Amino acid sequence: MTPILETRNLERTFGAVVAARDINIRIGAGEILGVIGSNGAGKTTFVNMVTGYLPPSAGEILYRGSSITGKPTREIMRLGICRSFQIPQLFPEMDVLDNMLIALTIASRVKPALLTPAIDAGREEEALSLLARFGIERYAHQEIATLPQGVRKLVDIAMATVSDPDLLFLDEPTSGVSADEKMDFMKTLINALKANDTAVLFIEHDMEIIEAFSPRCVAFYEGTILADGPTREVLENRKVREFVIGSEFHRKTDKQAAPAAGNGAA
Amino acid sequence: MTKSFDKTEWGLLLALPVLICLTFLLPAWVVNYIQVSLGTGLVALGVMIQMRAGLVSFGQGLYFCIGGYTAGLAGKFLGISDLFVLLVMGLLASVVIAFLLGFLLRRYREIFFAMLSLAVSMILFGLLSSTEELGSTDGFNLPQPTYLGWAPEGDLGETVLYVVTCVVTLGLALGLNRVLRSPLGYINEAIRENELRVEYLGTSAHRAVHITYVIAAAVSAAGGVLWAMALGHVDPEMTNWTTSGQFVFVSILAGTGNIAAPLIGTFLLEIVRVYAVEISPNTWQMILGTLMLLTIIFLPRGLWSLIASAKRKTAAPKASEIMEGN
Repeated sequence: MTPILETRNLERTFGAVVAARDINIRIGAGEILGVIGSNGAGKTTFVNMVTGYLPPSAGEILYRGSSITGKPTREIMRLGICRSFQIPQLFPEMDVLDNMLIALTIASRVKPALLTPAIDAGREEEALSLLARFGIERYAHQEIATLPQGVRKLVDIAMATVSDPDLLFLDEPTSGVSADEKMDFMKTLINALKANDTAVLFIEHDMEIIEAFSPRCVAFYEGTILADGPTREVLENRKVREFVIGSEFHRKTDKQAAPAAGNGAA
Repeated sequence: MTKSFDKTEWGLLLALPVLICLTFLLPAWVVNYIQVSLGTGLVALGVMIQMRAGLVSFGQGLYFCIGGYTAGLAGKFLGISDLFVLLVMGLLASVVIAFLLGFLLRRYREIFFAMLSLAVSMILFGLLSSTEELGSTDGFNLPQPTYLGWAPEGDLGETVLYVVTCVVTLGLALGLNRVLRSPLGYINEAIRENELRVEYLGTSAHRAVHITYVIAAAVSAAGGVLWAMALGHVDPEMTNWTTSGQFVFVSILAGTGNIAAPLIGTFLLEIVRVYAVEISPNTWQMILGTLMLLTIIFLPRGLWSLIASAKRKTAAPKASEIMEGN
């Protein structure tokens, strides 16, 4: 697998606090990768470094073989790496369609034509079809402030995909989405992204979501990578179970395993 | 949103002949107020387009003054009186200065941008006030304008200047309306709401702010040239904080919803001020202050929001129509 993104010994410190160290991750084209870790483990710091929001204190970030270390956010976005946010970063006083239109206007990268209208019927159609891909076209004329959290999350992600990125970071896409809707939400999301062969790295706390949607998983702990590999192996890793997943998932997986073990004994 | 020539632009085109006709219909003092309002209205437009990006410039008088003084200095020392040449010189001077200052100002937002813009304008105020060669605090007079070699005098000269002021102001307003509808206009609105997201969509908020700052400076300088030619005089008060405050006052009073709002707002403010001084010569500022307070409380988006909400009510289908439709 030729990686589209590779980080080498990435490190970020805040004074004496080491937020991330020795982060070595490779992501292939079209790959879906889940990232787990407790709060403060360094997951978002890692995304912030790769997307140019935080310059790394040490290490290197390679995108398609070229270094993007220290480049400003907007340049990295233009190269084809985009992200969504744990708290959706939208334009709250505008409606959903205007949010999408602004994203499309910026993504189209037209030369600054000061006297040419930014929006035309074609661009509106494009925005509506993007919303349809995520199943939220019916909210097009609704103001962001009036939307449920799940829809805001999808708008946030839809805006991140307007430039057809090669790699998309999703920071806790299901946070704030009700437990009943999480699976359907992720199905809609992953299907929409798979259609474009976008590589996805998503940070998630719900292990069922990780198991269901990411063939590969990376576990962060105290700023370092504890495990990286096929999701089942990572989730069964003793250290990951002890330091990352915690007792709740232990009980859940043990319960699921118990009947099978009983049947076998019989 | 999708039309190539919107209602505002049609409105501005129609307003031009109407404004020109007013010079033959209204008393001279009202026409004079309209002319002065168009000049200062351009500066308020400069403030307004920056407000659309969430920036409040408390120093827009700087460019108003640069425009006026460039015209005055060109007249005084170079003997240039052609209005079109003076306009170009005013625009060039303001663009060069705004381009350079923009590298500093584009990094600041909110109160820091407001105070820094104010500080820069007050530096010029201090310089001009202490320069005796330029008339110190009294300023100096400008020559009568000429137009490509033509030098109309008396009433004709005043009428021609009024007409040129109308054409230039509405032409610039039309251009600014296009800017608001351009990618830059949309990016500015996005910056006001969420600058982080703008960067994460792949564009530079700093660059957009810089371009907007330069455009606002150019428009304000054009206002300064027209205003100075109308009054035939410039003085450092043009860049004093009280003058800059008035432009902010107008933008808040009129609102940022439409390019026409600051132009109308400036004229209304002039008229209110005339009557406020008439009614209460010693405390007229209290009347303006009260007006400002009421606007902020009841119309936080300015007077234009009254027109915008009336339009929305007209556009919304009535309940009976919906029932009939069903």
